[in-house]
Amino acid sequence: MAEHKKEIDQVTGVETTGHEWDGLKELNHPLPKWWLYMFYGSIVWSVIYWILMPSWPLVNGYTKGLLDYSQRAVATENFDVAAAERAETGKMLLEASLEEIRDTPELLEFAMAQGEVAFGDNCAPCHGTGATGFEGYPNLQDDSWIWGGDLDTLSTTISYGVRSEHDETRYAEMPAFGRDELLEKEEIVQVANYVGSIAGLPTQEGVDLEAGKVIYEENCAACHMENAKGDLETGSPNLTAPTYLYGKSVEDIIAQVNAPRHGVMPAWIDRLGETTVKSLAVYVHSLGGGQ
Amino acid sequence: MSSQVEPIDKEEDEAWFASAAKVYPMEVKGRFRKIKWAILFITLGIYYFTPFIRWDRGPLLPDQAVLVDFERKRGYFFFLEIWPQEVYYLTGLLIIAAVGLFLMNAIAGRLWCGYLCPQTVWTDLFFRVESMIEGDRRKRITLDKQPWNAEKILKKGTKHFLWLMIAWWTGGAWVLYFADAPTLVYDLATGQAAFSAYVWIGILTFTTYSLAGHMREQVCVYMCPWPRIQAALTDEHALNVTYRYDRGEPRGHLKESKKRIEEGLPAGDCIDCNQCFYACPTGVDIRKGAQLDCIQCGLCIDACDSIMTKVGKPTGLIAYDTDVNIERREKGEAAVYRLVRPRTVIYTVIILMIAGVMLYAQLNRSMTDLSVVHDRNPLYVQQSDGSFRNGYSLRLLNKHNNEQSFTLSVEDMPKGATLEVVGIHKNAADVTKDTQLSLSVDADTTRSVRALVFSPAGVEMPSSLPMSFKLVDTETGETTVISDFFRAPGK
Repeated sequence: MAEHKKEIDQVTGVETTGHEWDGLKELNHPLPKWWLYMFYGSIVWSVIYWILMPSWPLVNGYTKGLLDYSQRAVATENFDVAAAERAETGKMLLEASLEEIRDTPELLEFAMAQGEVAFGDNCAPCHGTGATGFEGYPNLQDDSWIWGGDLDTLSTTISYGVRSEHDETRYAEMPAFGRDELLEKEEIVQVANYVGSIAGLPTQEGVDLEAGKVIYEENCAACHMENAKGDLETGSPNLTAPTYLYGKSVEDIIAQVNAPRHGVMPAWIDRLGETTVKSLAVYVHSLGGGQ
Repeated sequence: MSSQVEPIDKEEDEAWFASAAKVYPMEVKGRFRKIKWAILFITLGIYYFTPFIRWDRGPLLPDQAVLVDFERKRGYFFFLEIWPQEVYYLTGLLIIAAVGLFLMNAIAGRLWCGYLCPQTVWTDLFFRVESMIEGDRRKRITLDKQPWNAEKILKKGTKHFLWLMIAWWTGGAWVLYFADAPTLVYDLATGQAAFSAYVWIGILTFTTYSLAGHMREQVCVYMCPWPRIQAALTDEHALNVTYRYDRGEPRGHLKESKKRIEEGLPAGDCIDCNQCFYACPTGVDIRKGAQLDCIQCGLCIDACDSIMTKVGKPTGLIAYDTDVNIERREKGEAAVYRLVRPRTVIYTVIILMIAGVMLYAQLNRSMTDLSVVHDRNPLYVQQSDGSFRNGYSLRLLNKHNNEQSFTLSVEDMPKGATLEVVGIHKNAADVTKDTQLSLSVDADTTRSVRALVFSPAGVEMPSSLPMSFKLVDTETGETTVISDFFRAPGK
């Protein structure tokens, strides 16, 4: 201990520690010894901890400790446990029909939660985190569908994709009326303006819409139907609402009739498995546009 | 802060760290001892036996009166049932407890420390066990000094065994508050209980045994923050266990004082018998005045009163009193006791106010609840007919013990707006596909649903329309209205 002259404070009769600040002296009220021993004990414990647990950083890596504890291993283990717990409900999901899932609150809640995560991981890059799509990537929120928006159709589309490499993929290809010289340039302008007019888009001036209508009935109605509402069976889009995939102007329609773009959606069934695809179908259906 | 076997007037030289001197409190009889026994029996009785009280809540819920159910996330206290989101009740209780401590302190000092604190109650019990086995103060000192022989081993062994049993029972009672008590007792006895139950019993056995058996007054003197806080809160009118030095001094043995009186010199009533010091469980000499170590248990009052009675002097040389009164008596004025002071009134008002708020909240506690979160992406979706759709995540809460059916509706939307809930079949008979539909929530749980609200086609919508969801309990009529907005691109 530091040497200091013993000094008794006159007022309290207590010995001072010898420390003095601006004339104020500190009284010595000693700590109990057990307090000191606890301090030594914690030092001893820290050494034991170093030996047992990962602690010291080294140049390459760190000291592993005798217990071989790793937070990463614990996390992986917890992940496996959670996956096993999910497997139970997943099995119920697998056995239930999509309608049953939607109408059973417990299964619906599970499917929605799983679907939301799977959507974020797999679908959001193209369809957007809010599923509102982008130009060329369909909006899944609205009620306008190319291949259909009921549960089973959604499930099929997600499973096999559109124009994908899967054998059961959905496939449709609109002829390139301009590039393949099936229609004259003027005819394309006429038909595009006619289509734009039924979708409520502003049309170009001086274009013969009646001629466009005739061209439509001869060339387009076979797939897009007489009433231009499209056909879900063949994946022919509805042309009466301005929910177009490739742009919302007459110029965009002209470009599409001239040389259509054909987007590709991958098949997910082999990658995600049936349970997740079911959850995705229920989730997408629940977004609000489901039929 | 020194705890010695004998009181000393002069502080001895102390090093930087001091060994804790063992305190050997003497057994006393008297008013305060009786009060302490009564409180000990009542509080420990409550602690050990409360988990076994039953309270019928119907077939689905536990019938334990006081239960913290971590697994199902519920707290039960007789007629009260607390959900996790209602922990503010606990906040209220803690505030009342804190202000209650302040009030006790303003009225009569460390009432909590001296009579009610678990550390005091268990230490008192352990002292009693010790003196039953080893005898009173003198015998215990002698026993500690004598070499280890069969008698010492037997006595010490028995004492520690009994201490451990009490400590073990303390830990055992603790875990019963967290599971069905009779079942858990059976499971514990047959080794089927959860591992954590045994761990907690072990932890509480250790803490009770070491704190009440070995640490004792060291807990109050060095570990507990309350002595410091209460020292800052006290005032000159708070009653405290006080040595009335105006009456006691100058102290002296009986013969000495007689001689002084014969010589016509002043002589106090204190005969310097040290009984007050011997009785003290924290090793304090109360005659040195108010001090941090004193837990104000009143045992020195009992010790002094019995001596005063024996020597034929009035009792109350040590008593609950204030420094103000000592000074007044010295001046020949009458003692004053001011129980009603600004601080006691303010503390009481705070306690009553918080208790009132809690009571009001409890009486008006909702049995159902609804939370609404609007979709953030997208805020709205345009339908092919030009109308707009907004999506909401709803959580319905049913605190009833049975499945409850509700009517969910949207209010303040333009005529023709519709409401849908995902999972509720559009063609089902109970759905009007209008702004109202019915759905049920299972007993004592919540249900999350996705709600879709559609604006009518052909109606121009502002960018943000205030509207609300209304949830009506079809049985009780309890209504919850949550305001939100309907978004559209607007103008």
